[in-house]
Amino acid sequence: MKIITCPINGPRPLQEFHFGGEVRTMPDATAATDAEWADYVFNRSGEPGVKREWWYHVPSGTWFIAERDNCTDEFLRTYLYRAEHVDG
Amino acid sequence: MPYRLLKFALHKKHPEPRMFRAPAELRSEYDVVIIGGGGHGLAAAYYLAKDHGITNVAVLEKGYIGGGGTGRNTAIIRSNYLTKEGVNFYRGSVELFEDLSRELNINLFYSERGHFTLAHSPASLNTQRWRAEVNKHLGISSEVVGPEFIKRKVPEIDLKAGGHQAPIYGALYHPPGAIARHDAVAWGYARGADQRGVEIHQQTAVTDVEIRDDEVAGVHTDKGFIKTRKVLSAVAGWTTNITAMVGLRTPLVIHPLQALVTEPLKPWLNSIVVSASLHLYVSQSSRGELVAGASLDPYELISMRSTLDFAEGMSTGLLDLFPCLGDVKVLRQWAGLCDMTPDFSPIMGTTPIKGFYIDAGWGTWGFKATPISGKTMADTLANDHDHGLIEAFNLSRFKRFELVGEKGAASVGH
Repeated sequence: MKIITCPINGPRPLQEFHFGGEVRTMPDATAATDAEWADYVFNRSGEPGVKREWWYHVPSGTWFIAERDNCTDEFLRTYLYRAEHVDG
Repeated sequence: MPYRLLKFALHKKHPEPRMFRAPAELRSEYDVVIIGGGGHGLAAAYYLAKDHGITNVAVLEKGYIGGGGTGRNTAIIRSNYLTKEGVNFYRGSVELFEDLSRELNINLFYSERGHFTLAHSPASLNTQRWRAEVNKHLGISSEVVGPEFIKRKVPEIDLKAGGHQAPIYGALYHPPGAIARHDAVAWGYARGADQRGVEIHQQTAVTDVEIRDDEVAGVHTDKGFIKTRKVLSAVAGWTTNITAMVGLRTPLVIHPLQALVTEPLKPWLNSIVVSASLHLYVSQSSRGELVAGASLDPYELISMRSTLDFAEGMSTGLLDLFPCLGDVKVLRQWAGLCDMTPDFSPIMGTTPIKGFYIDAGWGTWGFKATPISGKTMADTLANDHDHGLIEAFNLSRFKRFELVGEKGAASVGH
């Protein structure tokens, strides 16, 4: 059974988690061009590598960020969201 | 042992003609380089040679032909999609498939079975009705049927779905739904292309695509550099590797999809049965095995590992629909890679890079599109202009906010 470490609840089985997609920075909606906005809405970084992703621990309602290798499925780090993680 | 087999042991050289040549070396230049020796890439090569007389073509395959999505799907062919663009496109594919065994002179075991998409709720039945009406409007044989009809065609089915799943209210029934031997599709196209002069290079990995001034200049491989002005990326689940090489942003994300086959049984299941609610589709192959596929794995992963979760979930769903399978053993299970788009339609045609063409976003619907995708992509490469059937699928639709929402795709819950 695959185990993911929730930053609040510690190691829990994969079945307790939902995948929330890539961590992305929203451009300023009032300043962005149509092309920039379309890129934000649709495009993703789907190529192989270590990705920063949103994950959700369902029983405790915890959203957090995981750094995961999308080829080996190895979770390198999990931590709670702070603005500088996403924007900086 | 029959002599036909024995002669393979006695001959120093292979005694039968090979399906296609294995050229020793890459040439320094080709008119077209196709990355990916799956059904789509080989079909494009075949139609480039046959329809357009372009034969100085190399198909580069990292592994062996048909070893990716082509050999990992559940071989279902149908055209009962939901959008006008989707229906017209897949209808073109079904029409090509129906005559393909003769054209390629190889038995594809193309077998029309009738295809049921079960509805486990009134809401789902509404969607099926919608699909049926779109299909009928576009001339596709497709209708909503009730539980009695399903039971008559598939007597072994449990309409109560085991009692702990939602019962079956009806289904979308698509009589031309078929299955075929998917490996043979790749081999047939490979041989046809090879006979017309196309070179197929297996065990040849592309390491980079050379772009100069937004124009394709060549392809780097692990066997050296090839000069070319036209490159087709037809690698489905590996597309994000190639688009990263050329610096193209796409919405593609890769999810595994798992499937299994059971031990062979006497023929009993004539139809193809799909249940989006139970996340499964099942048919019986010409060899008697039940071939069953699931929906996508729930998170992105570029790996073809298979899981116990899948085997358990699939067995549960299969037993709910067909309790008679209680003693049947699973022979093997595997995973394939699905390059998913947000609107469940493919990404095909020209790109902002001159000479770089893309045939991707094949998610869970790639095999059935093999012939038409090959034909339209060959036309697109030859004329440097998107073929009419695939205009709506161009990558630029994500810039123009003009998605083609294809909810008729497999693995989409209704």
